[in-house]
Amino acid sequence: MIRLLGEPFDPAAEIARFTTDRQDVGGIATFLGRVRDRVGELRIRALTLEHYPGMTERKLAEIEAEARRRWPLQDCLVIHRYGRMEPGEPIVLVATASAHRAAALEACAFLIDWLKTKAPFWKLEETDRGARWVEARESDDAAAARWEKETAG
Amino acid sequence: MKLRYFAWLRQRTGLAEEEVEPPPEVHCVADLKHWLADRHPRFGEVLAAPGVVRCAVDQEYAEDDTPLEGAREVAFFPPVTGG
Repeated sequence: MIRLLGEPFDPAAEIARFTTDRQDVGGIATFLGRVRDRVGELRIRALTLEHYPGMTERKLAEIEAEARRRWPLQDCLVIHRYGRMEPGEPIVLVATASAHRAAALEACAFLIDWLKTKAPFWKLEETDRGARWVEARESDDAAAARWEKETAG
Repeated sequence: MKLRYFAWLRQRTGLAEEEVEPPPEVHCVADLKHWLADRHPRFGEVLAAPGVVRCAVDQEYAEDDTPLEGAREVAFFPPVTGG
């Protein structure tokens, strides 16, 4: 399931609700991304996430479908914020459920890696020295690329 | 066709979106970029730098040679930084 939210969410409540009515789930892996209060020496006051309405939902659904195709997932949840957030606030929650841990852990890592490089979001940081758009990182591309081999093969 | 601009590219055009009718010689994304460079000089300035301006045609990622025939919506944006 994909949810795109303009308001804060409670990760603990979301995880508690996730697969709560299923007894065949053996393992749940989660990743929670949060707003940091600093990047190196720079203080971060807030982070605003812009996205491309329509395309974002489409890309997130494609990424979820790909995870379900590759791993035997019993359920899958991606919650992503947009709008303005302050340090400590959750940005993204990925949760995967499977009978065994390997599928859940791998699918969770895959989802966050692909989401970072394929979903149309852009981060604007408000810092002590003004606002700046966050640049894409090569390390994120490398993290996403390690899953590409499986597509080719 | 509708054009949309995101993140700092929007600041370069001064517009979030606009409705345009490109001339008939605009067949692909590269042609459209070339045409837009005259329309929005500050956007045009960054088009030449490799990997800076990404594009989507009808909400699918596109390349310079992606055809625009029948396209309803074209978006330009910097590399994505979600998650």
